[in-house]
Amino acid sequence: MEPEDNAAGPVIGDEEIHANGRDESDSQRHRPIISGEQLDIEAYAALYTGRTKTTRLLFIADKCGAPSMELEALRMAYDEIKKGEDTQLFREVVGKINGRLGPNYGLDDAWADAVDRRAESRKDKLENELNAYRTNLIKESIRMGYNDFGDFFYAHGRLGEAFKNYVRTRDYCTTSKHIIHMCLNAILVSIEMGQFTHVTSYVGKAEQAVDGLDPVTIAKLRCAAGLSHLEGKKYKLAARKFLEVGPELGNNYTEIIAPQDVATYGTLCALASFDRSELKSKVIDNTNFRNFLELVPEIRELINDFYTSHYASCLEYLGNLKTNLLLDIHLHDHVETLYEQIRNKALIQYTLPFVSVDLNMMANAFNTSVTGLEKELEALITNDQIQARIDSHNKILYARHADQRNGTFQRALQTGNEFDRELRAMLLRANLIKHDYNLKAPRKY
Amino acid sequence: MNLSMSSVESLVAQIHGLSSNIGELTQLRNYLKQCDDLLRTESTRLAPLLTELDPSVHSLGYLYILEACTSAPISKDQANKLVLSVARFINVCAAEQIRLAPEKFISICKRLMLQVMLLEDPMRGVAPLLTSIRKLQSSTEQLTTLHPDFMLLCLLSKCYKIGLSVLEDDIFEVDLPRDLFLYCYYGGMICIGQKQFRKALELLHNVVTAPMPIISAIAVEAYKKYILVSLIHLGQQFATSFPKYTSSAAQRNLKNFSQSYLELVNSYSTGKVSEVEKCVEIYKDTFGSDNNLGLVKQVVSSMYKRNIQRLTQTYLTLSLQDIANTVQLNSPKEAEMHVLQMIQEGDIYATINQKDGMVRFLEDPEQYKTCEMIERLDFSIQRIMRLSKKLTTMNEVMSCDPSYLGKVGKERQRFDYDDFYTVPSKFTI
Repeated sequence: MEPEDNAAGPVIGDEEIHANGRDESDSQRHRPIISGEQLDIEAYAALYTGRTKTTRLLFIADKCGAPSMELEALRMAYDEIKKGEDTQLFREVVGKINGRLGPNYGLDDAWADAVDRRAESRKDKLENELNAYRTNLIKESIRMGYNDFGDFFYAHGRLGEAFKNYVRTRDYCTTSKHIIHMCLNAILVSIEMGQFTHVTSYVGKAEQAVDGLDPVTIAKLRCAAGLSHLEGKKYKLAARKFLEVGPELGNNYTEIIAPQDVATYGTLCALASFDRSELKSKVIDNTNFRNFLELVPEIRELINDFYTSHYASCLEYLGNLKTNLLLDIHLHDHVETLYEQIRNKALIQYTLPFVSVDLNMMANAFNTSVTGLEKELEALITNDQIQARIDSHNKILYARHADQRNGTFQRALQTGNEFDRELRAMLLRANLIKHDYNLKAPRKY
Repeated sequence: MNLSMSSVESLVAQIHGLSSNIGELTQLRNYLKQCDDLLRTESTRLAPLLTELDPSVHSLGYLYILEACTSAPISKDQANKLVLSVARFINVCAAEQIRLAPEKFISICKRLMLQVMLLEDPMRGVAPLLTSIRKLQSSTEQLTTLHPDFMLLCLLSKCYKIGLSVLEDDIFEVDLPRDLFLYCYYGGMICIGQKQFRKALELLHNVVTAPMPIISAIAVEAYKKYILVSLIHLGQQFATSFPKYTSSAAQRNLKNFSQSYLELVNSYSTGKVSEVEKCVEIYKDTFGSDNNLGLVKQVVSSMYKRNIQRLTQTYLTLSLQDIANTVQLNSPKEAEMHVLQMIQEGDIYATINQKDGMVRFLEDPEQYKTCEMIERLDFSIQRIMRLSKKLTTMNEVMSCDPSYLGKVGKERQRFDYDDFYTVPSKFTI
């Protein structure tokens, strides 16, 4: 990694001005391939299994805006659903396809009815079994019965009932393994339903059953916790959770999250919320996390660029990734906020080491115009995130540190005045109350 | 019953005889009280008596007779004479004597004020009332019933400086709450007139947050002005919620009467001058009927000031064109005028470079290193120490107050664990 360029002292002559984050060897630096091209839906879908695969494909179809991609995603969703037993989702997808993919992808009523009939009979069978177990009062069997019910409902897309049944197994759990099993199921359904408060509570429950936890489960739980923090917009906590996920996760949790996602979510949240030292210690030097980062080389480059102050290329990577990130079901609502926070951090970090900064050079470094940059800096200064002032005439940013001594005097005098005022008002009010009281109650002494 | 010459003479004799020391004066006062009705019935014939008495020595007697004289209704040409005689009396009377009969003194001062207003020459009443306040007060911390009248006269005659000098005194003792409200309201208006917004805010704040079982029209009007002055002085930091010590009646009801003002606050918080001006247009009639249009105009111009002040936090130099754009003024020339005015009034520190059309914002040059600053600090410290001492004394006095102890005594435990005897549950003296 190249060392940072630092200019000490004010801007004097041309030879003394240093460009922050760029040097002459830049052009020869090997730039890795940026995956800004259109998302390869098949490759993406291959990362996931189970219901989330379908949901993600449907999400992509909704949001992508390009008809070819949309049809591709819908086609794959159709195929996937046909392998399962969710007729409700099936009808939905057929409605979306609207006949555009030809006769093979139309409403296959025969299949749907067959599945429904099978479902009915299976449901009756399960109910009978469960009743039998309940009368026998065998805890383990009752637990298995409810579990099967939960699985059944989940496969048929009735998530609310699935959740209820999974939660009912709680009373019949005897070992910690059982509890963890229940919690993982509950977490899965809650994430599908989008109810992340449940996710947090069940992660907590599962983590308390210490003896049943193996590294894979711990990793899974941390992923789930990270997701719920992400949804709750607590980016710092989400980043910490994702960064703690061990490499044991591998491909064991593809029904919710792929390891590439762990890397992406973790890095973006860390970039937006960590300060420099935390970024270095928890992300860059984190050997465990490196395994994840290898899976998404663009993200790895991104973070290195940010740390070494190559802001232009960092922001360029981000811009290229944006379209694909907007298609991700969990990240969709947070992309804008995260990007804004990362950009602000970059701006703040750029100005931090200097006493004065030439706005023209800074605009170049960030690939933006001087007026735009001025507006952004003005917002940051007003929010007290940068301590500086803009010389609009010469287009220079000067660092400005408040004079502590003057500030203290001013505050002391001000506090004295306020105290004076408050005290006098209070004494006056007390006098008024006393007067009132004397009027109201002429006592007998 | 006719007042015979003998009783008149005896009256005068009594006054002459009993005016030397305080013991005799109290005797005289009791005697005069008894003669009060008598004096009242014969008010028209009492004028010649005044010539026999010396107002500076026999102030108490003179006061009674003068008061009886003036109680009758007077025609306009006699008003002038009345004003002169009362004013002369106020100037020379002895303060300790008139303090024995404060109601009489207050009533002749009020009559003076009435006549002065009828004559449409309020300025004639300012000086006499000032003297009367100083003589009636037992200390400068006391508020008398004459204070609000004095303030009113100052307002009407535009003698603001004298009003301000009286406002400098801290008030801690009040006879009637209504006096305080009127005093603070008028005082606030005087301060607004002199552009001393901080003091005005303090006075109006006292009215709004004073303990009152039911709200009065004074409080409502004071609240309206309070909102406007807060906007001018504090800008967007004005909070529409009341502090905890405000009376519940005020908290519930004051806002209902000042809806248009609260709308103005909302439009002010957007930070856009156009919004505020729109709001002013809508409610122009309400503001006009409350006589607050002038203040409202000042609120609008304070908006420009605030926006420019905010610019000083982010920029070192800025072109006049940019200032005009950000603050929504029409041209750089207007921006220059505003900035110039603010520099003159001391609201910002800056220099204007007309050649480049640039304004350079400077830091506050105050370094807090001068002797004056040290003196100011010292003065503040002394003052606060005095106030704290006052607070402690007041606290001690209250903790010895029988009614307070009676109330607290009921709530104490049956057995006091520090001492080994039972504590009476009802504390009686």
